[in-house]
Order: sequence, then structure tokens, then C-alpha cells
Amino acid sequence: MTAVDIKALEKRFGKTAALEPVTFSVAEGELFGLIGPDGAGKTTLFRMLATLVLPTGGTATVDGLDVVRDYRELRNRLGYMPGRFALYQDLTVAENLKFFASIFGATIESNYEMIRDIYGQLEPFRDRRAGALSGGMKQKLALSCALIHRPRVLLLDEPTTGVDAVSRLEFWDVLTRLRDSGLTILVSTPYMDEAARCDRVALIQDGHILEINTPTGIEDSYPLPLLSVKSSDRLTAKRALERFPFAYSVYPFGEELHFTDSRAEPSVSEIKTWLHEAGVADAEVTVIRAGIEDVFMHRMPTVEGQTGVA
Amino acid sequence: MRIIAIILRKEFRQIFRNRAMLPILFVLPVIQLLVLSYAATFEVRETPLVVIDQDRSETSRALIARLDASLYFQIGEQTTSMEEAERALLFGEVDMVMTIPSGLERDLGAGQPVIVQVVLDAEDGATAGIVQSYATQIINQVNADISLGPPGIRIAPSHWYNPNLEYTTFMVPGILVLLVTIIGTFLSAMNVVREKEIGTIEQLNVTPIKRYQFVVAKLLPFWIIGMAELGVGLVIAKIVFSVPMVGSLWLVFALAGLYLLVMLGLGLWISTLTDTQQQAMFVAWFLMVIFILLSGLFTPIDSMPRWAQIVTEFNPIAHFIEIMRRILLKGAGFQDVTRQTAALAIQAVLMLTLAVRQYQKRTG
Repeated sequence: MTAVDIKALEKRFGKTAALEPVTFSVAEGELFGLIGPDGAGKTTLFRMLATLVLPTGGTATVDGLDVVRDYRELRNRLGYMPGRFALYQDLTVAENLKFFASIFGATIESNYEMIRDIYGQLEPFRDRRAGALSGGMKQKLALSCALIHRPRVLLLDEPTTGVDAVSRLEFWDVLTRLRDSGLTILVSTPYMDEAARCDRVALIQDGHILEINTPTGIEDSYPLPLLSVKSSDRLTAKRALERFPFAYSVYPFGEELHFTDSRAEPSVSEIKTWLHEAGVADAEVTVIRAGIEDVFMHRMPTVEGQTGVA
Repeated sequence: MRIIAIILRKEFRQIFRNRAMLPILFVLPVIQLLVLSYAATFEVRETPLVVIDQDRSETSRALIARLDASLYFQIGEQTTSMEEAERALLFGEVDMVMTIPSGLERDLGAGQPVIVQVVLDAEDGATAGIVQSYATQIINQVNADISLGPPGIRIAPSHWYNPNLEYTTFMVPGILVLLVTIIGTFLSAMNVVREKEIGTIEQLNVTPIKRYQFVVAKLLPFWIIGMAELGVGLVIAKIVFSVPMVGSLWLVFALAGLYLLVMLGLGLWISTLTDTQQQAMFVAWFLMVIFILLSGLFTPIDSMPRWAQIVTEFNPIAHFIEIMRRILLKGAGFQDVTRQTAALAIQAVLMLTLAVRQYQKRTG
């Protein structure tokens, strides 16, 4: 069954489009990721699905309910976690949770198993003010509050932004377990590495959805061979590769360079020789599998730091 | 009802936990009432003056003694030079120069009119007017003492509702209104906009809370606090300032409740128009300053230009100050303040409707 069904949903503010018409659906029990940089339109899409903003075109249903017409009933079935921490910083952990539970006519006790996994870690801090929690703890509390009324669909807008690496991993473990328990989850993130944890992801950029696929499917969609080039002289290597006759693109990727060859069968030794002649002696060149970030870079030729040669 | 109770509990918890809010709620009003009532007085006391006595007679000395004996004047060094007196006036050392012409006693004795010149520093027109009236009073008294002629028309003033012309009797009811106003407008505006500013409104808006539940639960705490502060204020007014409370206190509270609805509606409306507490504060201040200056608290509405008097009809503060003064000082009953009450009722309905319509859980 389809949990979220979006048809040509769009949002314009005057003449500027925050979200161009997008169409996709999310199956029940799916962990669906929206991956894209800041300003791509992720938050606008979430706010429309969360019944907070009216769309200017198209339709969307969540759990079979229209986001515009059935918004009242829908609010009971949605769990929404805004990108910005939106709980009361001057109330304690327990007070926040109790407040949101009782607003929905639920109690912490009756729905405890829903949040046991996450809230268990927060329990020792139950009397601490939410404002005094660490970033990771805040996110866990926010997730608990979004879950306490047993929603059917969970909307998480950049839940891991500003959270340390360990807490991010823990958070995704929790999401995976929630998905396994049958909850449908829509999550957005600017971190490409988190995409691999989703069942399917949509790449979104400038209000457009570029591609929707499984994480592996997206990686497989990279059309050309990708090579990683490691060198102590990254700048010279980058300049040399840009002049390489079969260069398609070169961009820095962490400590390395990612080089795309425009031929189907690139020769590693030929590239090494080219680099050596350009004065890069210690180049290590290996053919690698493209990651989601590479696909993103490929689909967005305007990103800074990338040199589109072709 | 259950939902409203849940939000109310949260609101009170937050209000009493807010270290910036608590002093505003409980200390500020008391200080405001005590300081404003004592300090912002219209009475002018111990005005320094110079007397140029060119007559040096018994009568002129009697006049000077009268001036000196009154609390309103303080006679500095005597001089006979007009230039010196003018310089003292210019440098603000004295506020008044009185010249008693030579031949005062002689002319009075002969039944001739005499002119005593009073030069006033009228930089502050209101003060100059008050000082002049004090001076006139004293001269008239001297006149009466020595006058031998037939009595003319005399005024026998009797100051009703405030027989001793106590300044605080007049001011305290008005300042009480300001106190209630600040709670109603500022705190309600700040409270709602705070949810917007820190983003909590997002989480609240996706819950099934209905609009009216949110509005009632947000405004009710400040309605209750406003009424409680009025109670405290009235106790202080009675004990510290001995303000007469002739009318029904029940009526005062009932109409204060109505008035608070107007101001809470205004506060909520401001909060729907703004995104941060700073913006809300600015808009609230802008409106408050206009409302207060045109309220009749400091300057009588009757002396305002026609357009300002019309504007005052839309000024809830003016209506409530009028209501408070009439009930407390004159013992007015409900039938004596129906016009003001009707104005407040209309404004309450308009303001709350506007604010509730403006407050949207969904944006376009």
C-alpha cells in the first residue's frame, strides 16, 4: 500500500518556485530519504506534507488522507520533526514528552514501547530542561515527542544536522528499527553518506527531483568510469587531469580527487604516465565505484569546486 | 476543555520559570505604581524667585512674607537691580521675578489700582501657568486682607471628588490602568511570538489543537494575572495613597475583565503580524505610546484638538481610565459608564475576531 502519494505537488512564493511540481510515492513501511543541499526545497515539501503550508499546485495524500482537505484528521496520524529544534527548552525532558502525549490524548505509559528504544537513553535526564541537553539528546527527545502518539507516518526534516557523528549513527539505527516495526519514514538530509541507510532516496536540487532510486541503483546510474587519484600534490594533479584529453570531470573529494574518464575503458597506466609527466610523482590511481555524492556532482554541473571539462 | 487545561498548565509552568518575566510581572508594577504616583506630579513646590521690592513698605513686606510662608515659593537673595534679576532668570537660578512698584502702599491707601509685575520663565508653559496661578492666589489673599472697599464678585471654589486636590487621587487610577495594560498587551504579544521565534509553534501546529483552544489557553493566563495585579494595585492605592474608592469594586473588576479582552486581543494581533519578540515589542511600544499620550492620563482630553478627541474614541486606554476615575472617585454606577463600556465591548469583539482570524495554523 502507498503511504505517501505526491502528484505534481508544487509551491511558489510569488514568482519564485520553492518546489517545482514533483511526483513520487512512498510505500508503507519504507524508509525514504530526500537528499539534497540546503535550499533544495526539502523543508518546503515536508511542511506541505505536515499540513503546515498550503501547496500552490498538485495534490498529496499521506496515509490516504489529503494534506489540504483532511488536514485535521491527518495531524493525528503524522509525526513531524521540524528541522529546527521545536520543543520547549524551558520545560524538562519528561514535561515535554508528557505535554505532547496529552495533547494527542495519549499517555507516555500506554505508548511506551513505541519510544522505549530512544527514550530509554533519555530517562536518566528526565528532569533536565530540554535546553540543557546536547544536540544528539535533543534530537532523540524530539523524535520521542514525534512518536508518542503512535503516528502512521513519520516526517523528519534534517534530523541529524548539527549532531555529532556517533549520535548520527545511533539515530539512524533507531530509524532502521522503527522502519522494521512497520512505520513509514520520510527523512531528509544534506549528508550523502546517510542516503545508504534508506530503502530509496530522491535526489533533490533547486526544487527539482533529479532521480529516485535505491541507493545502489543511484550509484549504478553513474554513467562513466570513476577513478580516485591520491597524491601529495593535489593541486598540480588536478590541473594536469583537467588537461587530460579524455577528462570528463575532476573534483576534490575528501583527501582525494575524483576523476571521471569520458571513455568506457580508461587506462590507469596512461593516466599515471600523464600525471608523472606533469610532475606528479606519487599519484595512486584506482578505479572506484561511484557513491551517491558522485552521482550528485555529476547531475549538478554548476556546483563549485568541480571542473566540468566536457 | 481538556486540551485547554493541558496548555494552560504548560503556560503557567513556563511563566513561573521565566526569570526575565517574573520581575516584570510582580516587581515592576509595584515600582511603577509607587514611583510614578509620587514622582510624576503636577504640583510645583518651592519655586525659586526674586522679589524686587521698590516700595519697602509694610504692605510690600507683608506680601513677601506671604510668598515666603507658602510652600510654593522660596525667596532667594533680594536685589533691586532688574538686570541682575533677569540674569538669574536666564540662567535658571530663579523661575520668577516679582517687581513691587514704589508707591504700592500709598496708592492702595488712596484706593488706586496697583500693578505688581510678575515675570515668569515660561520655557515649560505648563509649569509657568501653575506658578502664575499660585502667585495670583497669594496676591489676592493680600488684597483681601487690606482691601477696605466694597466687596466685588468673589469666587468660592469647592473641589468635588478630590477636595484637597490630591494629585495622587487623580493619577493612581490611571496608573493602575497602565499596569493592567502592560500585562495585557506586552506579555501576551511576547508570549505568542516567542513560540514563533524559537520555532515551537511548528511542533504545536501539527498537533490537533484547535485554534480557539490555543488562543484561549494563551490569553487566559495573562487575563488572570492582569486581574490579580489590578487587585494588588488597588490594595496599594488604598493603603499607600488613600485613594478614595467610592464606587463598586465589583464593577471595576468586571469592566477590567472586559478591558483586558481588548488588550489581549491587541497583543495577540501584534503577535500574528510579527515574527520575533523584538518586532512585537516595537509595534506594541509604538501603539502604546500613542494610546497613553492620547489617553487623558497626563493631559485632559477636553483640551486636545478635535481630531485627537475623535481618535480617542478608538483608544481603549482612554475609555478605561475614564471608567476607573468615574467609578473610584465619583462612585459612578454601571449606568454612568455605559458609553465607555459599549466602546470597550465593541473593541473587544473586533480585536479578538481580527486576531483569531489572523492567527493561522497553516500558511498559504
